Amino acid sequence: MAVFGAATSRSFGGRGPSFGFRFFCYAILSVVLMFYDRRGQEQGRGWLDTARYGLQAAIYPLQLAVNSPSAAWRWLEESFTTRETLRAEVDQLREDLRIQKLVTLRQAALEQENARLRGLNALLPNVIDKRLVGEVINAEYTQLRQRLLVNRGGTHGVFKGQPVVTGDGVLGQVFRTGPFSSEIILITDAEHGLPVQVVRSGVRTTALGTGFSTSLELPFVPHNYDVKVGDLLVTSGLDQKFPFGLPVARVTKVERDPKQPLAQIYAVPLAGIESDREVLFIWQRTDHPAAHATPEALAVEAAPPVKQP
Amino acid sequence: MNLARREPRWAVTFSVLLALIAQVIPLPDWLSVIRPSFVALVIVYWSIYAPHAGGIFAPWLAGLSLDVFKGEVLAQNALAIALIAYITMTLHQRLRNQTLVQQSLFVFLMLMVNEVVVWGIEGWSNHHSISTPWRWIQPMIGAMLWPFIALLVGRTHTRT
Repeated sequence: MAVFGAATSRSFGGRGPSFGFRFFCYAILSVVLMFYDRRGQEQGRGWLDTARYGLQAAIYPLQLAVNSPSAAWRWLEESFTTRETLRAEVDQLREDLRIQKLVTLRQAALEQENARLRGLNALLPNVIDKRLVGEVINAEYTQLRQRLLVNRGGTHGVFKGQPVVTGDGVLGQVFRTGPFSSEIILITDAEHGLPVQVVRSGVRTTALGTGFSTSLELPFVPHNYDVKVGDLLVTSGLDQKFPFGLPVARVTKVERDPKQPLAQIYAVPLAGIESDREVLFIWQRTDHPAAHATPEALAVEAAPPVKQP
Repeated sequence: MNLARREPRWAVTFSVLLALIAQVIPLPDWLSVIRPSFVALVIVYWSIYAPHAGGIFAPWLAGLSLDVFKGEVLAQNALAIALIAYITMTLHQRLRNQTLVQQSLFVFLMLMVNEVVVWGIEGWSNHHSISTPWRWIQPMIGAMLWPFIALLVGRTHTRT
């Protein structure tokens, strides 16, 4: 019976099925898992996502253990900072706060003006409804994968596709959630694309990740479109995930080669992709004009033009 | 019955957990590209010296944990590691009679099998495959580390 593991079953004898048979079973199981995992990724949520959700809970202690050396190092570093350093930091933060307050003062006036121009008789609330701070517990910045692991997950209300930002700009979106942690795909990941708009000229395009944390690529812009070095890119909201107007990146390079059909444009993300330890998950008001476009609104926009008789 | 009690199950669990941590702990770029698969190394060790302690299940579970940890296609590492565990187990009596240095060659082959399987599955699942040659250097580094790993893990149990 034991053809594959003959040598081993002879020495130990009578220990259940042979290694060969058992390996065969696990191999079949693996292939089935891979197949359904792959199909689940293509078709959206499957039962395997639920299984992975559970597995992620089981593995969470291990993830914390992996993070513990660097966490311990940071804690040590923090506890040994001198009084002067802390004082300087506090001064710096106070200064930042003062500047921010000035900016917000101006913003209140602008919002009121905007409401008047739109003919609304009430001020709109902020498009960002709720936010949650998460801490990065593991990070991967390779050319293949630019991902973060953050210590907030399904039990905190984090969901797949949720926008993740820092104080400076868009960081990425939730790729996968576990109960206590979530995996974030950064905008610089080679598999990530983000619909953006140039603030100055209103040109809409898509910013693709390059696999390098300091660079985004805008490969779909024709020559005659108005994009210049230094332009600010914000989210356009066409992806139905991000609200309109979150700062994303600044254009650093525009190359117009007449031989190529499209311009080559690169931008640098505003969020410190590799430097931020803390990230913000945001929830948006869906009834807000700046919220992501609804499927109905997009359908109208994408409708084919009426044929002229 | 007596045989079952002597299996170093705790040592297996503990060393595999440590290997998992060693494999996913963040390292500087230049170190992480040459980091060999510690899980595969430890699994090969236990497959040689205590093939009945974890069976095929422990390697498979270790590989699955690695998949969940790295957010990769489920069961790709599980299949690869279960495969090398199986090959090693069928040959374990021959391997026990070899010196650690002789075993390194076999370990190199196993790590290569591991990489090839994972690489193949990545290609099938449309993940961008690493095209860097570093990927094929990892098994070599792993084989060089083998004697040290084997001595280190060997301290956790008495060889039979």
